[in-house]
Formats: sequence, C-alpha cells, structure tokens
Amino acid sequence: MLFSKIFRTGLVTEPLAGDDAAITVARELSARARRLLGRAVAIREVDAGSCNGCELEISGLTGPVYDSERFGIHFVASPRHADLLLVTGPVTRNMEVPLRKTWEATPEPKLVVAVGDCARTCGVFRGGYGVVGSVDRVVPVDVFVDGCPPGPAEILRGILTAVERGGRR
Amino acid sequence: MTGWAIEIAQAALVLALAPGLVGVVRWLKARLQSRRGAPPWQPYYELRKLFGKDVIVSSNASWLFRLAPYVVFASTAAAACLVPSLAVTRPLDAVGDLLVLVYLLLLGTVFLSLAGLDPGSAFGGMGSSREMTVAALAEPTVALAIFALALSAGSTNLGQIVGRTLADPAAALSPGHLLAFAALFVVMLAETGRLPVDNPATHLELTMIHEAMVLEYSGRYLALIEWAAALKLLVFFALLGNLFVPWGVAAVAAPAPLALALGSLLVKLAVIAVVVAVLETRVAKLRLFRVPELLSVSFVLALLAVTSSFLGR
Amino acid sequence: MTLETTACLSAYMVLAYLGGAFAALLPLRSGLTRALTAGGAIAGAGAGIALAARVLIAGEPFALTVPALLTVGGGVALRLDGLGAFFLLLIGVVAAPAALYGVGYSAAYAGRYSLRWLGAMLNLFLLTMSLVVLADNVLTFLLTWEAMSLASYFLVMTEHERDDTVAAGGWYLAMTHVGLALILVAFVLLSPAGGGGGFADLRAAAATLSPALRGVVFVLAVLGFGSKAGLVPLHVWLPRAHPAAPSHVSALMSGAMVKLGVYGILRVALDLLGVGPAWWGALLIGLGAASALVGVLYALTEDDLKRLLAYSSVENVGLVFIGVGAGLLFASLGEPAAATLALAAALYHALNHGVFKALLFLGAGAVAHATGSRDMNRLGGLIGRLPWTAACFLVGALAIGGLPPFNGFVSEWLLFQSLLPAIGSGAPLVAPVMTLAVGALALTAGLAAAAFVKAFGITFLALPRSDEARAAHEAPVTMRVAMVVLAALCALLGLGAAFVLPVLGGLLAGHAGLPRVAPALTAGPLLLPPGGGASMSPSLLAIGLLLALAGAWLAVRVGAARGLRVGDTWGCGRIGQTARMEYTSTAYAEPLRRVFAELYRPTEDLTIDVHPESRYFVQSRTYRSEIVPWFERYVYAPLVRWVAAGAAHTRAIQSGSAHAYLAYLVVALLALLAISLAWSASL
Repeated sequence: MLFSKIFRTGLVTEPLAGDDAAITVARELSARARRLLGRAVAIREVDAGSCNGCELEISGLTGPVYDSERFGIHFVASPRHADLLLVTGPVTRNMEVPLRKTWEATPEPKLVVAVGDCARTCGVFRGGYGVVGSVDRVVPVDVFVDGCPPGPAEILRGILTAVERGGRR
Repeated sequence: MTGWAIEIAQAALVLALAPGLVGVVRWLKARLQSRRGAPPWQPYYELRKLFGKDVIVSSNASWLFRLAPYVVFASTAAAACLVPSLAVTRPLDAVGDLLVLVYLLLLGTVFLSLAGLDPGSAFGGMGSSREMTVAALAEPTVALAIFALALSAGSTNLGQIVGRTLADPAAALSPGHLLAFAALFVVMLAETGRLPVDNPATHLELTMIHEAMVLEYSGRYLALIEWAAALKLLVFFALLGNLFVPWGVAAVAAPAPLALALGSLLVKLAVIAVVVAVLETRVAKLRLFRVPELLSVSFVLALLAVTSSFLGR
Repeated sequence: MTLETTACLSAYMVLAYLGGAFAALLPLRSGLTRALTAGGAIAGAGAGIALAARVLIAGEPFALTVPALLTVGGGVALRLDGLGAFFLLLIGVVAAPAALYGVGYSAAYAGRYSLRWLGAMLNLFLLTMSLVVLADNVLTFLLTWEAMSLASYFLVMTEHERDDTVAAGGWYLAMTHVGLALILVAFVLLSPAGGGGGFADLRAAAATLSPALRGVVFVLAVLGFGSKAGLVPLHVWLPRAHPAAPSHVSALMSGAMVKLGVYGILRVALDLLGVGPAWWGALLIGLGAASALVGVLYALTEDDLKRLLAYSSVENVGLVFIGVGAGLLFASLGEPAAATLALAAALYHALNHGVFKALLFLGAGAVAHATGSRDMNRLGGLIGRLPWTAACFLVGALAIGGLPPFNGFVSEWLLFQSLLPAIGSGAPLVAPVMTLAVGALALTAGLAAAAFVKAFGITFLALPRSDEARAAHEAPVTMRVAMVVLAALCALLGLGAAFVLPVLGGLLAGHAGLPRVAPALTAGPLLLPPGGGASMSPSLLAIGLLLALAGAWLAVRVGAARGLRVGDTWGCGRIGQTARMEYTSTAYAEPLRRVFAELYRPTEDLTIDVHPESRYFVQSRTYRSEIVPWFERYVYAPLVRWVAAGAAHTRAIQSGSAHAYLAYLVVALLALLAISLAWSASL
C-alpha cells in the first residue's frame, strides 16, 4: 500500500525558484573552498538561540519538494564531517561558546551561512539581556540570508551562493 | 600470470565500484521518497572533497586513532580481494576462504571500535559498545551459514562453493541454499549498518551504531572509513550475488567470459541494491535491544540451513 | 650421542631449577636474590625448550629410570615422547619471559613479602611442572603433580596479607586436591593388579579392561584433570586464584599449568586408554563448549582486569577441549586424518593461548604495578603513559580475539575446519552436536573479540579515570623485554603456522586411532586441512594486509591534503571534557548484559541520597549491579554447606579425652588385622 502511494505520487521536486534578493555575500570565498566544495557540501546546522522558525524552514530543505540533496548537499551530525555551518538565531549568551566550539571543530576549508534576520541583526531580540549579538560577532560569516523566516528556496540559494553554485542546477 | 592480472583487475574494480554502489542505493531511496536525489556518482564527489579537507584530531586521541582508518581500509580491501567477483579460479583463492573473509571484516570492526573509544567521548564509547554487540551476535549466524554452503560444496573455499553451484544448478534452489541466503541477508543488514539495524542517514547520536564511532573523524581519515564502509557493502552484495546465484562468473580467464562476468556482477549488484533500497524505505529502525531478536531469527534460519543441507546431501 | 645430549639437557634443566631454588636460601640483597632466582628459572626453561625441541625434531623419545630413588611403585621413571615434549616446550616458552618479568615485578614486594620464598617456589613450580610431563609411571606423576599444586598454592598465597588472596588460596587448595583424589582413583583403576605402575604397563593393561571400567576411568580423568584445566563446572578456583597471584605467576598458571590438565587427559585418553567409544569425544565437546560460553560470558561483564583474563582462560581451555573432543570423536568413528587435524588444532590453540594469555597477564601486571589498581573503571589513558605495555597488550588482545593474521586466528580457523567434516558425517547425533559446537565456537569468538576490545579500550584509551591512572609510569626494562618477546612470539606463531602444523601432526602420529604417518597438513606456505579444498596462508595474508596498509598510506600521502590540527574532542559544544564523560567498563558490557539477562540475572541496586533540605537536590547516587554467579551459588555453596554440616557432626569424635583416642587406636588396629587376615586368606 505504501508503494502504490509512492508510485501514484511520483517525483514532486520543483526546480529552484526565486531570486537572490535576500542574499548578502559577506566575505570572498577562498580559492580552496571554491575548488573543493562545488559538488559535495556537508552542512551542520547550529541553532544559536533561534525561535525555531528558521529551523522549520530548513527542515523543508531535505523534503521532496525542495530536495537539497540533488545539489550534493547533505546534513551531518558532527561538525568534524561538515564543510558549512548553517547558523540561525541571535546568538544567546548560553550558545556563544558552543557556537564558537562548533566552528573550531570544523576542519578547513569551511563556510558559515547565517540564516534569518536574527542571525544578522538579532531581529526582535536585539538588545535583550540574554543576547550577545549577531552571528558574525562570534564566528566569521560568508553569506547572510535575510527573512523572518526565509523560505527554503532562499536558504537553498544562500547555500549555493556560498559554494558558488548559484544558477547551476 | 593472467591469474594475477585478473586479481589486480578485480581489486581495482571493487575499489572503484564501491562508492558508486552506495550512491545507487541512496539514489533509489531518494526516488522512492518522491524526490530527485543526488546522482548515483555523488559519493565519488564526496570522497574527493574529503580527501581535500584538513584533519582535526582530538587531543585525547593516541596513535591508534590515526592508524585505525588505514587498518579498516586495508582489511576491508583484503577481504574484497578474496571475493570471487569476476572469476572462479584465482591465485588468491588458496590464501583465504570464506572464514578468513569474515574474520578480516571483524578485524576492521575491532579497530574501528577501538578508535571510537580513543577520543574519550561518550558517543564513541556508545557506538563502539553497540557495534561489538551486533558483530558478536552476528558471528554464529555467519559461521553456520558458511557451513551450510560448505556442506554442499565440500569445503569453505570460495572458488569451490561457486564452482559447485555452477556445476549443479539445481543446488541453487535447494532449501539449504535459500535459507542460508536469507540468514546472510539479515547478517548483511546488521554488519553494513542498514535499516532495520542501523540507519546510515541518521543525525540522532543516540540512534547511531556505526556513525557514532566515526563522529571524531574528518578529512582523509573519514574518507578512508567511508570508502571502507562502501567496500564492505560491496563485499556482502557480491557474496550474496556470486555465491548463491553464480551464473556469469567466469570459469576460464578469457576476455569474453570476463566481460560477461562484469556485466552479470553489475546486474546482480543492481538487483540487490533495489531490494535493499525498497526494504529500507518500507521498514523502520529497530530499537537496539530488539536487534538481538532479529539476529536470533537469522541464527535459526542458518541452523535450518545447515540441517537441510545435511539432510539433502 | 643423541641420548647423552638429551640426558645432559634434562640434567641441566633440573639442576638449573634447583640452583635457582637454592639461590633463594642465600642471604643476599633483594636485587641479587631476584636476579639469581630468575636466572635459574630462565636457564632451566631454556634447557627445557632445547630438550623438547630436540625430541620433537629428532622424533625419538628419551627415557630415564631411576628405580633406586623411590623403590615403592617402581621408582622414578622419566620419559619424554612427542606429546610430553610439546608441553615441555610450552612450559619453557611461557616460563622464560615470566621469570624475566618477575625480576622487575617482584621488586615491589621487597620488605613486605619474602622474595626468597617467592623465588624458590617459582623455581620449584617450574621444575615440578616440567617433571609432570616427563613422568612415566604413576608414582612419579602423582608426586610431581601434587608438588606442582603445592608450589603453585604457595605462589598464589604470596600476597597473603590480602583477604581475597587467602580465600582464593583456600578454594584453590581444596579443588586441586579434589582433582588429585579423582586422578588417583583413575590411575588405581587403570593399574594392572600386581604389576608395576609404569605407563607402558598401564597401556598394555588398558586393552584388557572392560568398556564400563574404561568409561569410568575416562570420566574420572576428565573430572580430575579438568579441574586443573578449568573445565566447567570445576573452574571456580580459576577466577579467584589467578588474579590473586603475582602477575608472572598468573601468567604461568594460566599459560602453562592449566595446559597440564589438557596434557593429563591426552595422556590418559589418547595414549593410555586408546580408542574409545564416541561418547568420550562428545562429552569433552559438550564440556568444552559449555566452558567456552560460560568463560566468555562472565569475562564480558568483569571490571577487574585480571579476573577478566582468568575467565578468558576458562573460555580458551573450553575451545581446546572442543578440539580434543572432536579428535577423540573422529578417532572412534574411524576417521584418522580428521582426528589428527582436530587434535593438532587443539594443541596449537593450547600453545597459542599459553603465549598470548601470558602476554596479557604480564601486561595487566604492568598496569597494576604502575597504577596499583586492577579495576578497569579506574584506569584509562595509559596508552600514552605506558606505550610499550599498551602496544604489547594490543597484540595480545588482537591475538586472543582471533583476528588475522595472529596466532589465535590460525588455531581458531583450524578448529573450525576440523569440525566441518563432522557436520557431514553419517553417524547418528554427531551432526547436530557438531553444528551446535560450531555455533558455540563462533559465538565465543565474537564475544571474546568484544571482551578484549573492552579490556584494551577501557584500560588504555581515552582519558585516565583516576589519579592513580594519571600518575602511571612505564614498566621497568625486564618487564618490557618479557612482554615484547611474547608479543613477537604471537606474531611468529601466527605467521609461521606452516612450520608449526607439520610438527604437531608428527608428534600425534602413531597414537591410538591416528595414522601411523601424519597426513600432510601444509603445502608450502598454505595450511591444508585434509579432506577438503579449503586452504589458508597466514603469512601471505599478513603480507597482503601490510601491502594494502602501505599502499593506502602512500596513496593518501601523495593524493590527499595534509593539514592536521589538534582540537578538543567533539562534545556538542559542551564547555569541558572530563574522564567522567567516557564510557566505563560496566557501560561497555551493558548491551550484552541485557541480551543475556536470562543468564546473568543482574540485580540492580540504586540508592539516592537527597539533601536534607529538599528532596529535589540529590547529593549522591550509588548504583550497584551484580550478576548471579551460578556455579558458586547453586553448586558450590550447597556443597560446602553439606560438607561443613557433615564435618560438624563428625567433630563429635574429637572429644579431647585421651582414653577415647586410645580406644579408637585399639579398635582401628584390630580392624586392620582382621581385614589383612581376611585378604591374605582370600588370595
């Protein structure tokens, strides 16, 4: 019964839509990263105190509609396996050191994509007592993806921009 | 001389093919999940990327941590060289039989378990403990399945087992063979870390068995270990294919039979990959403490296999 | 020439051991005493090895009779044939490194325990062990056997200030004498009436005994020698005595002395009794499989490193007995080539176990010497602090786990190959028994690998779990050299299997039920079990593995990125990493403990102390888990209770009154006179 449902549904993956308006490149991509990370990217997602709105959108990335895997992207559990850190949330005091440690635990060459308004400007939490600051105060960020929350297509474009595959499907 | 040429070609073939096999299984699962998925050759890109990355080694780790990926890779590659992938009679056939192959894989497992303990993380210890549990409980099934095959073939020699079924096609459908196939299929799922024993794509450390031991590895070490895991998958698929359905395996070392052997090997690998992908889509992962039940079912199957082989001699 | 050389070598061996023992009588400095006693032991062991090698290679036995020494029972008769020579070789190979190790190890005893007594007893132990395999009549055998037991008892009791040592000594003494009694009865039943006690006479007489009597003798021998070997259910002294003894003594006991139990059964069953019915072999296979499983299952849950090794000895002795049983079974079924292979596999495993178990005990001793602890939950991180010990222990752990290309793997492979023909055999019930034996063998092998990953991993890897482990230092030179020698032997016995196997086949040839000329067991570097097509070459495998290793390393060096950085262990971003976060030995075995919960019946005891102010603040938790020791609780405890109750009743005889004792004397004397009169009247 499961398989008849699968066959009736068929492939639902949509071509990547949208534009790069929400994406800001913060740093130049290193030559080594450009050479190495074009076709296979391992991502470690770090929730540095977000409300999980961005996480909900990120979880759509691996689903059948947005299918990040077709671009060679897959999510990993350990930062040692990762090439790219996907950071969300205004960095809270409790998550400052873990975020820094996660970044240090990732081997070179590595990239950081900060997702959501909170990651760039702390969003609605700016100035709060539990908040340290935006993500680039703790770890160097390569690409910012704006939105509260940004949709999966924007997040995917942000990642692809970070590995300089924007436009390539 | 041609024998050694075939051995080298076989070794190169399995080394080159292994990541592709993992990619094919992943691609099939993606398609069954109604999405496009990465192309089947994606693992090659991943290996290339990993070999280019830096390595971070834990300050608590010792020389064993840095040696283990090489030992795991070497032992799995050695086991892969013993599998009769293309030809029946090969010079390495006398160096190791089916038991040697199984123990070579156990050597890799032991070193990986030790490497999981070395950095001193709780996840590594957990993965190590679970991996050794599953490996230990799978051993009796493997031994009895091997003996079921050896009973009908006369010995545990791989070439002889393949040759026996080639010479007597009806034996392939004997209950002993079928039951041994079922038992080894379950063991394959356990040893290669596939659902329902272990989910290769999980991110939840508490559900990991194999992944948990390699959480500390990065760069070229991780590449070696991933490649060795792919090789192990290929070894098991090739054994399941060529020992139980050996038609196509070259009996003489001539170009035409070898090409046929290559083609039939690819077909068999593809078929088993489809079966595994469908199975992984259908079942959910078992709780760790339900895995011994699954393994005891496979043990009973192997026991029945030996009994039927014995009665049907 | 040959006879004189062998006579000289045997005399040299005896003199060396005695010299080492007597050196202990001299009032010397502790260092000199240790060196001299060890020197005597090493010289004796070397002479023993030379003697054994000579007999094995030349193929002719060596005999020596001294009737004048003890006129009762035929005097002292010594004879070294192939079987005895093999065990003498085993003793020597284990004794030399252990004695060398003892020089450094026993330095810690100076001032607390008597080093002279230790050195003297060590030499006497080795001497009596060597004489056991040389004994050629019942009296010599029993005298040397008992002397060996007593010497080992004194060695076990070296650290007599500890309570567990004294209890262990008590268990050991009781069980070894029970074994002696059973062996004595077996030999008495076997001895021809009125004839000498020489083994040649026994051999001739055994053919004339009734099958029932032969069966009884066999069972008594299995029980008696099995208790020395550590066969279930007579193994309970082993996990107590071996950890309590000093480490080099544990190595000798586990490595050499338990093998003399195997020697005894081989001597009685294979040599003296000859071919027997199939149930003899089946009995040994059953007991062997039970020992293997019990040993490994209890080893898995042990936290005490030396107790783990002791239980593992029980397991390996079980494996040896599976091989011996298979050999006897095939001999009785009329398949001599298969019997040769099975017995050769069993002997090979006995030798291998002697070497790697001695290595492991020496390593555990070095760890205990460095940290003062045997509890694995308090160790860890020793691979950096004790690099030589760690490397040697790793070799031993890989060998005992049965991993290629070491010696343990070779003998396990041979055991598997020897069981294979039986599964196809037509005799009733043989196939199911053998199938279950194969299953037990495979399960044991897997669980043993898991147990030793735990033993090595928890003890040596990761961070130290206590201050003692943090402060550990490497062992002194003598201990290190001894361990390296044994580790090298592990590798050599694995790689050189093609040389060892023909020797084993040769020494077995000619025994009852076995072919006169040994079947070819090897072809060049390949091991070829007869009757099949399977073959294996550990040396070629090792070469292949090394090539693959080197190839991978070179390819990575050339083709991959080289950057390497040292960082913290990944702990999900947690601030600190301490030893409390590592897996412990108890935790490691927990999945298997759950799987086999029906056997272990673990009890769990959790005590939580809360703060007096509020029960939400926990001050401490104590967790205690124990597994049921089936044999001690349900077999031995009732037995000990009955014996104690019986003794309490018979204590009534000891009234303390001299008159009663005199009356007993008179009654006993009258009874003896009556019996002897009746006996002489009936003759």
